[in-house]
Amino acid sequence: MSEINMIVCCKQVPDPEAPPSAFKVDTAANSVTLPPDIKPVIGQYDEFALEAALRIKDKAGGKVTVLSLGNKLVRDVIKKALAVGGDELVLLEDDAFEQSDSWSTAYALATAIEKIGTYDLILCGRQSSDWDAGQVGTGIAQLLGVPAVTLARKVEIDSGKAIIEQVIPDGYQVVEVGLPAVVTVTSELGNLRYAVLRGIMAAAKKQPTVWKPSDLGLDSSQVGAAGRHTKLVRLFQPVKEAKCEIVEGDSAAEAGANLALRLRQAKIL
Amino acid sequence: MTENKGVLIYGELVSGRLSSTTTELLGCGRRLADQLKEDLCCVLASDAVGEAPGQAIAFGADRVYAVEDSALKEDQADAHVQVAEKMASEASPRIILMGQTPTGRDLAPRLAFRLKTGLSTDCIDLAIDPETKLLQQTKPVYGGNAHALFTCDIMPQIVTVRAKAMTPLEGDDSREGDVIPTTVDIDTSVIRVRIVEKIKEEVTGVKLEDAPAIVSGGRGIGGPEPFKTTLKELADVLHGAVGASRPPADNGWVPEAMHIGLTGKIVAPDIYVSVAISGASQHIAGCSGSKTMIAVNKDPDANIFREASFGVVGRYEEVLPALTKKLNELLAG
Ligand SMILES: Cc1cc2nc3c(=O)[nH]c(=O)nc-3n(C[C@H](O)[C@H](O)[C@H](O)COP(=O)(O)OP(=O)(O)OC[C@H]3O[C@@H](n4cnc5c(N)ncnc54)[C@H](O)[C@@H]3O)c2cc1C
Ligand SMILES: Nc1ncnc2c1ncn2[C@@H]1O[C@H](COP(=O)(O)O)[C@@H](O)[C@H]1O
Repeated sequence: MSEINMIVCCKQVPDPEAPPSAFKVDTAANSVTLPPDIKPVIGQYDEFALEAALRIKDKAGGKVTVLSLGNKLVRDVIKKALAVGGDELVLLEDDAFEQSDSWSTAYALATAIEKIGTYDLILCGRQSSDWDAGQVGTGIAQLLGVPAVTLARKVEIDSGKAIIEQVIPDGYQVVEVGLPAVVTVTSELGNLRYAVLRGIMAAAKKQPTVWKPSDLGLDSSQVGAAGRHTKLVRLFQPVKEAKCEIVEGDSAAEAGANLALRLRQAKIL
Repeated sequence: MTENKGVLIYGELVSGRLSSTTTELLGCGRRLADQLKEDLCCVLASDAVGEAPGQAIAFGADRVYAVEDSALKEDQADAHVQVAEKMASEASPRIILMGQTPTGRDLAPRLAFRLKTGLSTDCIDLAIDPETKLLQQTKPVYGGNAHALFTCDIMPQIVTVRAKAMTPLEGDDSREGDVIPTTVDIDTSVIRVRIVEKIKEEVTGVKLEDAPAIVSGGRGIGGPEPFKTTLKELADVLHGAVGASRPPADNGWVPEAMHIGLTGKIVAPDIYVSVAISGASQHIAGCSGSKTMIAVNKDPDANIFREASFGVVGRYEEVLPALTKKLNELLAG
């Protein structure tokens, strides 16, 4: 097969591994806020999807185009995708893309993928680290009319097909699918590689392609908040009462033994 | 256009019986249908539905569409979506409920995008707005660091529901309902994914989802060995199973099937002992339904102490053997 064209969908999100206490909800704006020292990142599962693409490129060659939708995307954050080995960066970036839901996101991404035109494999994360929806990858596949395989832990290309190890309950299955196809990637695939200095320097020189809704032939009613199918009514944090009883002892071992006594006394065991 | 009415559940079977998530969906669906004063129906689609349709009625359904087709033998979403789409147009429900299970996760977005409607996945709370009759769909977002309430005014409203978030009704064999054998022409040519082989990863001992107690280890365990020794010994005393947070599974210390959390298994044992786990929201998402959570962590500021009822601050290498030994004595005596 000739060169494999891959598109990896990466979303910029607030660092999901920030301590839970850092997450606050602005109820007036219905949005989550984090302290300024917590920087945005590329979604974890999107990074695994990017790694899957780079491994295919390592082995068989090919081109990796990274596609991201959002507004005011931080260049240093999203350019990591180029620094680790992505070839091109396409940003769907505009005020009108704000407050997209899974539908309007998938719709714009699928339209952009059609505009890019040549694609064999579209890789997404299993779910975004902010809305945890797990819809956009499969949604793109439906909109483009191509097959989708979810929860991949390994992706290889062989004679024009993708061979995928898909996680199933208590194990995995090997599946085969013709191209083009969408594959969503899970964590066991492995972490994204580190960027090397040469990659970082090359990435710094590359300019992303930026498309607005009109570049995609979409009008503002089809994108972002206006194009949503679901309405976000309320965002809130459930109240939690702190109530942990710390069992102590002269040593860690004694504390362990005391815990056993305490659990017994509290009739938990 | 027909008016959308009623609640439809897309059920799942395990060896010819309703899955536990399906009984939970029926419990929740019954409540919603009663609030709407409308019917609850359930689609059961498999190569053989066995006694599941009767069971679905006992657990709350008014009507069961039983679809038997050999094309449904393998759990292929491209086959199931054809059944779901046909039933959605035939029954024209207001609401479709599915499980946030491997099958539901794969199927629900396909269905929603085909029907051009909205979808909320992984809901933990569902209610009917008495005024608009819309379904209020609450789900954890940002890894569980916040909750969001969504509505969707396009019909049908589709949601997937987190395992163990809803309570099933008591099964009642005297409940009445109709079983309607239904045929759907499944076009197998659109099933473009071929399953080559299935590889089961053996997990010995008590199944995580059924275990009354779980001892779960995190990145702080440091390697695969302690899962088989230190943690296993405590689990044995509690007649429970060993689980893990995501890093041990990612590192290959334990099989993926042991991974608990938002993107792993959802468990709700009587006792959950979390060992060397920091308590990230995405992990808590999988075990917050536990009756009593106990935490062992060397860091007194670890978030897990905000979740647990009992805790010990210390290195697990010292705490756990002493805890196990003492419990052994107490439970024997
Ligand atoms: C979208 C998304 C989904 C995710 N899904 C999941 C999921 O389903 N499940 C999941 O678990 N994670 C999930 N994660 C990852 C999650 O955010 C955390 O990274 C992960 O849970 C951390 O695992 P941990 O607590 O084992 O490790 P760490 O956070 O590294 O914590 C290790 C802990 O061990 C303690 N420790 C170290 N040594 C010792 C010792 N000798 N004795 C006692 N204590 C010790 C440390 O004090 C520390 O608190 C997800 C992340 C994202 C973004
Ligand atoms: N705004 C976005 N830009 C690029 N990719 C996205 C975007 N939103 C979602 N995706 C992709 O779709 C996957 C699933 O997202 P979601 O359905 O929101 O959970 C993510 O892991 C990404 O790969």
